[in-house]
Amino acid sequence: MTSRAENDFGPDGEVFDVERIRALFPILAQRPGGQPLVYLDNAATTQKPLPVLNTLSRYYANENANIHRGVYGLSQRATDAYEGARAKMARFLNAAEPAEVVFTRNATEGINLVAQTFGRQRVTADDEVVISAMEHHSNIVPWQLLCEEKGAQLRVVPISDSGELMLDELASMLGPRTKLVSIVHMSNSLGTINPVRRVVELAHAQGVPVLLDGSQAAYHMPVDVQALECDFYVVTGHKLYGPTGIGALYGRRSWLEAMPPYQGGGDMISSVTFERTTYNEVPHKFEAGTPHIAGVVGLGAAVDFIESVGFSAIVEHERQLLAYATTALEAVPGLRLIGTAPEKASILSFVLDGVHAHDVGTVVDTQGVAIRTGHHCTQPVMERFSVPATARASLAMYNTTTEIDQLVTALATVREVFG
Amino acid sequence: MSDLRDLYQEVILDHNRNPRNFGPLEDAGLRADGHNPLCGDKLSIAVNVVDGVVTDLRFEGSGCAISKASASLMTESIKGRTLDEARKLFDRFHQLVTDRSAPPDEELGKLAVFAGVRDYPARVKCAILAWHTLRAAVDDNQDVVSTE
Ligand SMILES: Cc1ncc(COP(=O)(O)O)c(C=O)c1O
Repeated sequence: MTSRAENDFGPDGEVFDVERIRALFPILAQRPGGQPLVYLDNAATTQKPLPVLNTLSRYYANENANIHRGVYGLSQRATDAYEGARAKMARFLNAAEPAEVVFTRNATEGINLVAQTFGRQRVTADDEVVISAMEHHSNIVPWQLLCEEKGAQLRVVPISDSGELMLDELASMLGPRTKLVSIVHMSNSLGTINPVRRVVELAHAQGVPVLLDGSQAAYHMPVDVQALECDFYVVTGHKLYGPTGIGALYGRRSWLEAMPPYQGGGDMISSVTFERTTYNEVPHKFEAGTPHIAGVVGLGAAVDFIESVGFSAIVEHERQLLAYATTALEAVPGLRLIGTAPEKASILSFVLDGVHAHDVGTVVDTQGVAIRTGHHCTQPVMERFSVPATARASLAMYNTTTEIDQLVTALATVREVFG
Repeated sequence: MSDLRDLYQEVILDHNRNPRNFGPLEDAGLRADGHNPLCGDKLSIAVNVVDGVVTDLRFEGSGCAISKASASLMTESIKGRTLDEARKLFDRFHQLVTDRSAPPDEELGKLAVFAGVRDYPARVKCAILAWHTLRAAVDDNQDVVSTE
């Protein structure tokens, strides 16, 4: 089946040809059990395109050396590739300058970094940190640890039955004790896109800084941290069509300057004696030890790739695909979608009457369709909707309406087995 | 479909739909809770043991077809057995669902329907949860059993 979504959009008015995109992802050519692989677990991690794979092998084949230390040419080239990728990430998020981008292992480490530096420095007894009921565990546990250590309170903004953030509740929680608001930009289990600009406005009106978890948002929509006016923004490379083990934290320079270092070691210092160490400047202060250089370079290639396709094309393709999939799934007897906010993207969480999500996952897997089942690292969301688990199909730029049809067919097989 | 039927055998589907020994056991002497955080399976097992013999056991909770049917069939095959026999059966069942080279085992009786699980490594935890929980109950282990 070919739909408008598959052929009308592209970078700079060019045609967006999903088959041309798919051809760049070698893994999609796999045929598990003789059937085409239908990969619908993009919210967990996205597949990697040739430009990223080639950059990784080229880096190791031609440019590998440690960075920021050698006087020889190869080390300089590795340093240039590494710092060049920082500039690319800064441009991707529209940070004011590359120095506002700190490389981390993933989004989780970005959040922990802020909790352990900014948080430990500024949060004291009886202070409050505000999160929401739709956070990934990685935006819950670091704050619980911090609050436990400091005797502070974790406040949780509730969500509505459709999975929307209750902004009024958030507004009423903000006060002189609030030290940080940390909210997901786009939910990984519901698909909800939060009104994060409004969240920042409300928080800033009370002088409260805001961290946004952009793990999901950053590969589905353009992010402009200056327009959002957020204080921190975290992304994770493996969901940006990039390598695993690499992520980035955007932090406003004024905060990064004021924050203590995260880990101690090489690269994060400017001089060390046994009496006194002075720290390197931002962002190197937060990047102790030899970083994941190849990962950073690969991540740079990943954001280049996304920009070469263009968000206008990606957003439009995924919007049409989500609409198609929503209609198709709603027509499946006994299926209930969890997460129906008007502002949502690319995530279809659902439960099937009388069949546990885990069984749904196993059966559709035998039909070549990879979806996620479980709590998606958001156990409080499962509790909020009184379900033990959901099945979740999540879309990326390379998915097609044909694949949605295959999911629907696979769900019919679930019915055949379970009656 | 055919390999699916190896996993979801009719007996398993039946026990999933109509679990046996399902519900509370008010005067139970031993209890334990089991949790499989990966898929959200949660079950509690309540047991009475008299002179080393399991005289009654029931289970409650929610879970996937494999974990529910496994709990249901386990209660059927354990009732009336000695604790020693129950432990041996646990080991045999464990081998059945994890060891691809295990020969057919007559002693397992109906439990042999779970042989298909060994081809689905992600589902082994579902099949084994009830058994771990039972073991915790009879060993009087108060912690929640987790398959993680
Ligand atoms: C919303 C959200 N936040 C945080 C994370 C954590 O990402 P990572 O495991 O790469 O740190 C994820 C991904 O699983 C996510 O979807």
